[in-house]
Amino acid sequence: MNAPYTESFDIVSAGNALPEDAEPPRTPVAVPRQGGAVNPSAAALRDQFGDAIERVSVVWGETTVYVARGRVGEIVRWLHDDVLQQYDYLSDLTAVEYRDYETPLEVVWHLRSLPYRRFLRIKVELPKGTPLEVDSVWPVYHAADWMERECFDMFGISFNGHPDLRRILMWEQYREGYPLRKDFPLRGRFSRAEQLRQALAQNPEAKYSMEELSIAEAYGELPEDMRRRLASGEPTGE
Amino acid sequence: MATKTRTIEVELSTTGMDAAGKPQRIPLVTKGGGAGLLMEEPIALEPDLDGEHMLINIGPQHPATHGVLRLVLELDGETVVRCIPHIGYLHCGFEKIGEYRQYNQIIPWTDREDYLNSPGNNVAFALGAERLFGIEITPRCTVLRVIAAELSRIMSHLVWLGTTCIDIGAYTPFLWSFTRREQIYTMLERWCGARLTTSLTRVGGMLADIPVGWTELVQDFVDDFPNTLNEIEAMLTKNGIWVGRTIGLGVMSPEEAINYGLSGPLLRASGVAYDVRKDFPYMDYETYDFEVPVGEHGDVYDRYLVRVEEMRQSVRILDQALKRLPDGPVNVDDPRVILPPKTKATSEMESMIHHFKQVMEGPRPPVGECYVPVESPKGEKGYYMVSDGTAKPVRWRIRPPSFVNLSAIPRMVEGHLLSDVIAINASIDIVMGEIDR
Repeated sequence: MNAPYTESFDIVSAGNALPEDAEPPRTPVAVPRQGGAVNPSAAALRDQFGDAIERVSVVWGETTVYVARGRVGEIVRWLHDDVLQQYDYLSDLTAVEYRDYETPLEVVWHLRSLPYRRFLRIKVELPKGTPLEVDSVWPVYHAADWMERECFDMFGISFNGHPDLRRILMWEQYREGYPLRKDFPLRGRFSRAEQLRQALAQNPEAKYSMEELSIAEAYGELPEDMRRRLASGEPTGE
Repeated sequence: MATKTRTIEVELSTTGMDAAGKPQRIPLVTKGGGAGLLMEEPIALEPDLDGEHMLINIGPQHPATHGVLRLVLELDGETVVRCIPHIGYLHCGFEKIGEYRQYNQIIPWTDREDYLNSPGNNVAFALGAERLFGIEITPRCTVLRVIAAELSRIMSHLVWLGTTCIDIGAYTPFLWSFTRREQIYTMLERWCGARLTTSLTRVGGMLADIPVGWTELVQDFVDDFPNTLNEIEAMLTKNGIWVGRTIGLGVMSPEEAINYGLSGPLLRASGVAYDVRKDFPYMDYETYDFEVPVGEHGDVYDRYLVRVEEMRQSVRILDQALKRLPDGPVNVDDPRVILPPKTKATSEMESMIHHFKQVMEGPRPPVGECYVPVESPKGEKGYYMVSDGTAKPVRWRIRPPSFVNLSAIPRMVEGHLLSDVIAINASIDIVMGEIDR
C-alpha cells in the first residue's frame, strides 16, 4: 500500500550540499575535446579503491572512470552512499560496441549527484571472448531495472543480481540474437519470409508469461490443451 | 517528515452549494485516512472475502494506455495487487538505424521518437552533435532553439492535459487544449513546412531562419495563451470530480522518486526541485527568469498542477526570448558542417569542395563521446553519442524519460483501484514512440 496521502513531503533541492556561495551553474562554453576540469570524485575513487580504478579520462568536459569489471557493484554502492559523493541519481545505463572487433564492449553508467550537481561516467570494459557479465546496480538504483533489461535485450550482457532479467523490447521467444551488436545485420538475421513464417506460427494463446499464469485462477480458465502443454513444461511468453 | 493535511476548497462539486450559497468546503482527508472525497467516516469493510485473485489484461490496443502499452494486472476484488507492464510493440530500432546514418540524417528519426515533442528532440540532438563536433552555435540560433523547445513543451503538455482529461472523464478541456496545440502546429508549419515531423535543426544551425512576421505569431500566442490556461484551471483545479479522481493517487516520496530515476514533472511533483534547465543549464537557460514549480505530495493532482504551472513558465521564457532575439546569422560559419550557399558552391572552388565532401562523405566529428541532457516535457532526455571519427556514430543512445518513468508504474499502482490505474498511467505522460524506440 502506498504512503497515505495526508503526508506532504519536504522539498528536496538539487545542489543542496553545495556551499551557499558556490557558483551557480552555467551553460558550458568552449568545452575542450580533451582535458579540462576533472570531476573530484575520480580522485576520491582512486583513494578509496586504488587498483580497481583503471584509468580516468576527460572528454568534452565529462569525466569517465574506467573500473575493474568485478568491482563495479561496490564502487557504485560507495558512490551512492558516501556523504561526500552522493550520486543518488542514475541518469542512464547502456553499452557500446565498437566497429573494430578488438576493442572491448563497454558498459556505461551515467551517474548524477543531485546534491553536488556532479556528473560522472563509469565504464567497464568487457573484452571479446569473455562472458558478458557484470554486476547489477539494481540494489542501489531501482531505475536500473528496465535499463539493464534493455541492455540485456539489445547486447546480451547479463547483469548479476538483477531480479528479473528478461527481454523487454523484443519478445521472449526472439531467437535472432542481440540487435545492437555490430555482428547483427541491420535487416535482421532471418529473411523476411522466415520472420513472417515465425510470426504466423506463434501460438496466440500463449500471450501470458509463465509468471502471469502463476496468478491464481488464471490457470483454471485456460483451455484444456493449453493447460496440458503448460504442464509438460512448454515455454510461454507474450 | 512534516505531516500536514491538505484541504482544497472545492468549487465545482456534484454536491453543490451549502445553505448560504457558498461553495461547500469538503475535507479531502477523512479521519481514518481512507480514500474518498465525501466520506466523513471510512466505510466499514466487509470481512475478508476468500481471496480469489483475478487477472486483467489492459492493452496493448486500448485508448487509455496512450499507445501500445500492455498492463497485466492481478486484482484482489478491485484492488491492484501486482502490475506487470509489457512494452516493445512499437520497437523500430532507432538506435540501430542511427549507426548507419550521418548525423544530419538522424535528425528525422528524432522527430519520430517522442512525436509530441519533435522540435525539442531536434534541438536536443543538435546540441549533442555540436558538442561532439566542438561547435559553438550563433546567438540567434540559441534563442530560436529556446523558442522551439518551449513551444514544444507547451504542445506536449497540452496533449497530456487533453488526453488525461478524457481518461478521467472530462471532455471540454481536451477541445480547448487541442485548439491551442493546433495554433502551435500552424506556427511550426510556417517555419519548417511540417507539423509533427519538424526536423527543425541541423548540426550547427537550423533548417531555416524564421519567416517574416513569425515572431508576431508567437507573441500573439504568448499574450493570449494564459487565458486558455486560466479557463482550464477554472474548470479543473477546484472541480470536485477532478480532485476526487486525482488526489492521493500514485504517491511517490522524493527519495523513492530519485531512486526510481523519475524525471521531469513526475519528479518535481514529488518535491524534488531538479530541472536540467536550472541545474545543468544549456542554451543559456540560466539567463532567463523563470521558476521551477515543485509539488509536495507526489500524487496525480500535484503532477497536474506542476504541468500547468510549467506551461505558464514556458510562456514567460518565450516572452523573454522573443524580446532578446538578436539579428545575425542562424548557422555557424563552419564549412565542415554547414553547406555553402548555392551561388558560392557553383562559383568558388573551395565551396564546391566543401559541398561535395559534405554531401558525399558527411561531416566527421573527432573521436570522442558525450552525453547531453535536456529537460524535455517528459523529463530528462539525454542523447549519448560515441564517435570513432567516421561520419556515422558508433552508438547513438536515447535516454528516454518516459521509459524510466514508466518503469515505476508497478510501484505506483499497487494498492490502488483498477479505475485509478488509468489516472496514474495518464499522469506519467508516456509516449510509446519514445519508450520502444
